[in-house]
Amino acid sequence: MAEKRRIKLTVNGVEMEGEAEPRTLLVHFIRDTLGLTGTHIGCDTGHCGCCTIIMNGVSVKSCMVLAYQAEGADILTIEGLAKDGKLHPIQEAFWENHGLQCGYCTPGQIMSAYFLLSRNPKPTEEEIRRGLEGNYCRCTGYVNIIKSVKAAAEKMSK
Amino acid sequence: MIPRSFEYLRPSTLQEAVQLLDKYEESKILAGGQSLIALMKLRLASPKYIIDITRIPGLSYVKEEGNKILIGPLTTHDTVENSPIIRNKCPILSEAASRIGDQQIRNRGTIAGTLCHADPSADVPTTFLALDGEVVAMGKDGERVIKAKDFFQDFFTTALNPNEVVKEVRVPVLPPKTGTAYIKHARREGDFAIVAVAAIITLDENNVCKSASISLGSVGPTPLRAVEVENALVGKKLTDEVIVAASELADRGISPPSDIHGSAEYRAEMAKVFTKRAIRLALSRIGG
Repeated sequence: MAEKRRIKLTVNGVEMEGEAEPRTLLVHFIRDTLGLTGTHIGCDTGHCGCCTIIMNGVSVKSCMVLAYQAEGADILTIEGLAKDGKLHPIQEAFWENHGLQCGYCTPGQIMSAYFLLSRNPKPTEEEIRRGLEGNYCRCTGYVNIIKSVKAAAEKMSK
Repeated sequence: MIPRSFEYLRPSTLQEAVQLLDKYEESKILAGGQSLIALMKLRLASPKYIIDITRIPGLSYVKEEGNKILIGPLTTHDTVENSPIIRNKCPILSEAASRIGDQQIRNRGTIAGTLCHADPSADVPTTFLALDGEVVAMGKDGERVIKAKDFFQDFFTTALNPNEVVKEVRVPVLPPKTGTAYIKHARREGDFAIVAVAAIITLDENNVCKSASISLGSVGPTPLRAVEVENALVGKKLTDEVIVAASELADRGISPPSDIHGSAEYRAEMAKVFTKRAIRLALSRIGG
């Protein structure tokens, strides 16, 4: 049986560490070991995108990465977006445009939007649709999600 | 949805990875993990040793050398999609990479990973076969080059020996007057293909078809070349009549599976339809 060992990584600018088995998935490590439960688990099979985080600058599904693979990595989760009690412009835009219904998929939608806008600050509607392709909303609130990302892009370009 | 227990190994060179593969039976290379980790969670695969090669430096690159494009094994689908060299010199590979899964999967999945996984319905293997690409395999006794036509052996099975790793992936720089298209038929964007077609058409100075390479995905245990379609195109002016007649031969030599996404009969029919569309699209993309 593989033994646990401690791994260190930076999450939302803070160095953190915890024990993990080789088979521990990054999403479980983030939620259960580090206690950051903003990252959700939807399907657990790599389809739904709820568990999307930013790892070393790119969006990944944290249920499809081993915790050991994230050793030393720089991770951004939904908890790292708001600064000093002020929501990130993407979060504000989701709030103002009713970009969520039940809210379960929202952390993943926002992290995917974050990656999209980091690379393409003024996406077209088609580019937004493609950028969020890996994130399911089972309330099917896609129209307002797209509207929110558009509004976020405008806020962030000001 | 947690994998069975395994030992995690992290070599710092490919040579070391090969030694570990050789030393441990039931070991598996982990690259981007976008297929392997899913299989392990579903417990369809339960390797005893995971050899994580993602920390080995220098395995992600795209460079042009002579008439070939050399691609590092850990190059992600996102990089393949957006590489100016691949976009300009071998655009069909960018197109195929762009159709894989979704952004998160493309950020993490690798070119060697999808080739070694050898899913017959995956996007890159079908395209790699049409391109007559090559894989450089490295084992403990040295390196060898494996051609695409020899690489895919069966469902999820390649010509790699259990103790070999992919050191490099090579695809050709496509010649002038070449048009390409990779299209797939799927229920939803990002799904695996019901039928996929990669078409590469080169014309001569008189606009006669000089070479045609057509490969079909999801219609057999490996991607398959539609040789009869190719033969029906080469040496002819590609009028729509010629394209339609050639595409009718796309069901020759295929053995499509029947599953929830489509019956074998449906896939065979769609192979013809999508072959026709792919050839038309490739032809329309040929520049002056």
